[in-house]
Amino acid sequence: MNTTLSSLTRPLQRFSVRHAVRLPLMVTATLLVAMFSIGSLQYEGFFSAQVLLNVLIDNGFLLVVAIGMTFVILTGGIDLSVGSMVALSTMLTAWLVEQNGAPLALAVPLVLLVGAGGGALMGWVIHTFEIQPFIVTLAGMFLARGLCYMISTESISLTDPTTTRIAQTRVLLPGGLFISPAVVIALVVLALAFVVLHHTRFGRTVYALGGNESSARLMGLPVGRTKVAVYAVSGLCSALGGLLLTFYMLSGYALHAVGMELDAIAAVVIGGTLLTGGSGFVLGTALGVTVLGLIQTIISFQGTLSSWWTRIVIGGLLFVFILLQRLFGGSRPAH
Amino acid sequence: MAAPPTPRTPTGADRPVLEAHGIRKAFPGVLALDGVDLSLFPGEVHALMGENGAGKSTLIKVLTGVHPPDAGTVSVDGSLQWFAEPLEAQHAGISTVYQEVNLCPNLSVAENILIGREPRRLGLVHWSALHERAERLITELELDLDVRLPLSAHSLAVQQLVAIVRAVDVKAKVLILDEPTSSLDRDEVVQLFALVRRLRDRGVAILFVTHFIDQVFDLCDRVTVLRNGRLEGAYRVDELTSVTLVHRMVGSELRTLDELAERSHTGTAATPESADTPFLSARGLARSGAVQPYDLDIHRGEVIGLAGLLGSGRTEAARLLFGADHADAGELRIDGERAVLRSPRAAIAHKIAFCSENRKEEGLAGELTVRENIVLALQAARGWTRPLSRTRQDEIAARWIEVLDIRPAAPEAQVRNLSGGNQQKVLLARWLLTDPEMLILDEPTRGIDIGAKTEIQKLVTRLAAEGTAVLFISAELEEVLRLSHRVGVLRDHRLVATLPNDPTLTPDRILGTIATGATS
Amino acid sequence: MTPPDDTGVGGRPARAPGARQLTEHRLFWPAAVLAALLLGNVALTHDFLAVRVQNGHLYGSLIDILQFGAPLILVSLGMTLVIATRGIDLSVGSTVAIAGALACEHIATAKDPGSLPTVMSAIALAVGVAAAIGLLNGFLVARLGVQPIVATLVLMVAGRGVAQLITDGQIISVSSSAYKMIGGGYWLTLPFAVLLAAALVAVTSLVTRRTALGMLIESVGGNPVASRLVGIRAAGLLVMVYVVSAVCAAVAGLMISSNVSSADGNNAGLWIELDAILAVVIGGTALTGGRFSLGGTVLGALIIQTLSTTIYTLGVPPETTLVFKALVVIVVCLVQSPAFRARLSRRRRATAPDRAPAAGDVGARQQEVHP
Repeated sequence: MNTTLSSLTRPLQRFSVRHAVRLPLMVTATLLVAMFSIGSLQYEGFFSAQVLLNVLIDNGFLLVVAIGMTFVILTGGIDLSVGSMVALSTMLTAWLVEQNGAPLALAVPLVLLVGAGGGALMGWVIHTFEIQPFIVTLAGMFLARGLCYMISTESISLTDPTTTRIAQTRVLLPGGLFISPAVVIALVVLALAFVVLHHTRFGRTVYALGGNESSARLMGLPVGRTKVAVYAVSGLCSALGGLLLTFYMLSGYALHAVGMELDAIAAVVIGGTLLTGGSGFVLGTALGVTVLGLIQTIISFQGTLSSWWTRIVIGGLLFVFILLQRLFGGSRPAH
Repeated sequence: MAAPPTPRTPTGADRPVLEAHGIRKAFPGVLALDGVDLSLFPGEVHALMGENGAGKSTLIKVLTGVHPPDAGTVSVDGSLQWFAEPLEAQHAGISTVYQEVNLCPNLSVAENILIGREPRRLGLVHWSALHERAERLITELELDLDVRLPLSAHSLAVQQLVAIVRAVDVKAKVLILDEPTSSLDRDEVVQLFALVRRLRDRGVAILFVTHFIDQVFDLCDRVTVLRNGRLEGAYRVDELTSVTLVHRMVGSELRTLDELAERSHTGTAATPESADTPFLSARGLARSGAVQPYDLDIHRGEVIGLAGLLGSGRTEAARLLFGADHADAGELRIDGERAVLRSPRAAIAHKIAFCSENRKEEGLAGELTVRENIVLALQAARGWTRPLSRTRQDEIAARWIEVLDIRPAAPEAQVRNLSGGNQQKVLLARWLLTDPEMLILDEPTRGIDIGAKTEIQKLVTRLAAEGTAVLFISAELEEVLRLSHRVGVLRDHRLVATLPNDPTLTPDRILGTIATGATS
Repeated sequence: MTPPDDTGVGGRPARAPGARQLTEHRLFWPAAVLAALLLGNVALTHDFLAVRVQNGHLYGSLIDILQFGAPLILVSLGMTLVIATRGIDLSVGSTVAIAGALACEHIATAKDPGSLPTVMSAIALAVGVAAAIGLLNGFLVARLGVQPIVATLVLMVAGRGVAQLITDGQIISVSSSAYKMIGGGYWLTLPFAVLLAAALVAVTSLVTRRTALGMLIESVGGNPVASRLVGIRAAGLLVMVYVVSAVCAAVAGLMISSNVSSADGNNAGLWIELDAILAVVIGGTALTGGRFSLGGTVLGALIIQTLSTTIYTLGVPPETTLVFKALVVIVVCLVQSPAFRARLSRRRRATAPDRAPAAGDVGARQQEVHP
């Protein structure tokens, strides 16, 4: 056995392998720094912590949704229903609170339950009947959006005093900075997701599933349970994201969050998670969401550029990262 | 049926840790196992051998709870066990390592060893304890790996070792290794064997499934041989020679086959070899992990048989000649001209045809009709813009259905609904239609009935007489001898000999070559 | 020796001709569903099937379904070929928007918007750009081996931004009678869009079935490994189907923008990719690739359009169509799922007496296992 040789090359090998796994993450972080630097050099008033915090305030709900999506994509699946689920949550909350006088303390758990239950149901269908996640969550997407319209085709504004009070609350930070409670919630969810993914048996099974599903099964891991759970997590995160959006917009509307599934997927991919599953970090997703937010910020600071450039830039980034994934993570066949 | 000999175990343990008795297992249309016994003693390496279809993998699946047996008993440590799923077998101390590494390449070595039973603290994975435990297991087995690296950073061989470490850590009393060496090179096999011996010395019973004769003699204490789903016998390895072992696997009936006199070489002592330049000539052609460098000449009108046990590299050698896999080394000449076959398309352009052994996955488009499958290769060569008219297609299909007697004679039937023999004929028709100069047939008669088999053999003889070069791969020596002008013998991914099929060439001689590698 | 083994078609009991054969035809179920939907509508509105002539044009609900369904039929047509290769094209909705935006922008800025050359060059521009989009998708899928769903996601995200960039975020209105013809005009008493869609369906079906294209596509989608060993050049076919899909989407985009005489980068063709996938699946082409049916797809698209019309007639908010679509997706996918079928048949078999182990099994083993 070539003990000496392997111990000689080991440090190098170890560096390069870890490097390869984290490369996309580093690219994203570099991109973020570069964008912030360019913004700061170009535009007056850009270089401030509050600008960054505002990115979080405006995208807290997206972060929560993207975290749920990260779980699903890590297993090698996809969840197209998140945008509709967000809309359904805003609608359900507004309808319960505004039109039925339900207290928030009742509406919130109910909405979360609907989200988690819907997700679990989709996960169950995907696992039990071996139907592609793409098509099952597509049905979920139609269903949730359709249910919104069944509640109302109009936007329902929230005027409930408790709700508006919570919506206007600001958490003050030292140095005159502030964030919204939604940011706190999003960051707590992020921390929780990190712990779950990296330090629990469930989280490691999620990675194993994305690495090789049939191996995971032969290794005796609870494949079915984990799959159902992952979609339930995504549903739960969408519902929570929907609640945050309700507070942000102070309304429920069936046309809220149209296309948010695309933003969430883009954030996850730009955050360095492989779409084939098994590799990625939830912290990368947070970076991905920040990149998306910064693009919007720069475009609004720019003033002359219109909002659709956001989509184009996101699409461009998606393209670059998908190419990077093929070049550096392309050991597994795509078909 | 041979009764198992009274086991004299090498370790002297008197009671088997795993005992299977009278196992019977039928699948629709196939009786895969019929009254098979197996006993494994602590501290022995026990080989399980048999040709393709002998029932090895079914037996393993029964032992590990993948399939329930139809009859028979499995007992562990003397008590009867009934495993409903693989996890239960694992809990009873039976672990399996498969040919393909069944681990997760994206997780670290330590996690791959311990996932599902990670040490935890307050409900969270206790990473330092996990790494420590993995580290300890690795060093205990005298391996040298960084357990924190992702599994994908290691070679296939090391991954296989990790799979064994995982299997052993489940407190395995019995370790089943299902062809663990089939894709490893020589040094890697040495590494693996060292680990297996260490486990044996600690009292683990190891069931070792392999196709490599040498490995049985290198490593194993006893061997159980299966044939046609029945127990052929269980033997101490030191009481066998490689030749007797091969005979036991392949079946002793072959030795009595004397009607071989009718075979083709009697009339064609002067093979086309002496004539002109060979149609195809390979020099040092090789692909790492698949087949060692080999030389082979095939002339027009010549049938070359490839003999060798399953997994000996027959298919791999043939795939290089068709561009299905890319050769790493060596050169290929077609009609004396240097040729590089980058894809099957290139080979087809040289009028080479290849009927894969794996009809379902590599041969037929199951949803398409018999007619479409027949014309597919010809159509692919013409490109989509020059379609064969429907009338032409119907004519072609009707003609080949008649010529090869494909049943049912329904050109519009979906090909997946045909029986194995008829599917094989559809494949043959597809390639014959392209009028190939060389035809590679990989196990064309496997799993098909006698009638169809004879027809296919006749067809091969006729094609050769008409000037086609044929490479004929079969596990049946009788068939190879009946049809071939020369026989290439493969052993452990190496073409060890190319023997002219003269009257001195007998199944025994080929078996001897397969068993020992010497041409004697 | 035993007779040839029992897996062959020949072993199956002879089919009862007539009714059984009819229900086994692959277009039977989509056609039946469409017929049921139409009949249901007749129960609601008695003159539903009535077609009258007014100003030399045909009018009626059926004509409306055809006219409004024409763009979906076109998008689904391209999608069918993509799905047959085991792919998917999510970017068609964006392509619809881009094509409409390009054409309208070109006409709106032209000197004489009404002239035929202007309209023709607008069409050429839209179709040309769409072909480039298809080439990009095809390149990612066929050359780089990116999963189709991922490869086409890029343009699904970016495409709508590009469309808005072209229209500068505005809704561009055009007044060009020649352009209006494509989606809103009439020819030989019929809406031109219907004729155009019919012509493209006919051409596609001729090209795929009269040349070997259809067979090769089905082979590549049904068994990629075998197709490679047979010498089929899959990469070229893959690029081609993505280009066809994009071009079909572009023509649909022209129709949609022409019908309303304006281009809306944001909303034109929104979610049409999902409707198209649905139409393909309803039409009996499996998402796992292989056999495709253009006729089935047309029926599928008409079912979706009729469903929308029905909802509209019912007076329910039209947006609730989504709920029905969701139900249709679920049912169709379950029916197509082998796992679901296996479960059903297991349940059915559990109630039937067990098949006794036949003596033939032993014979079959002798065939499978050689000495």
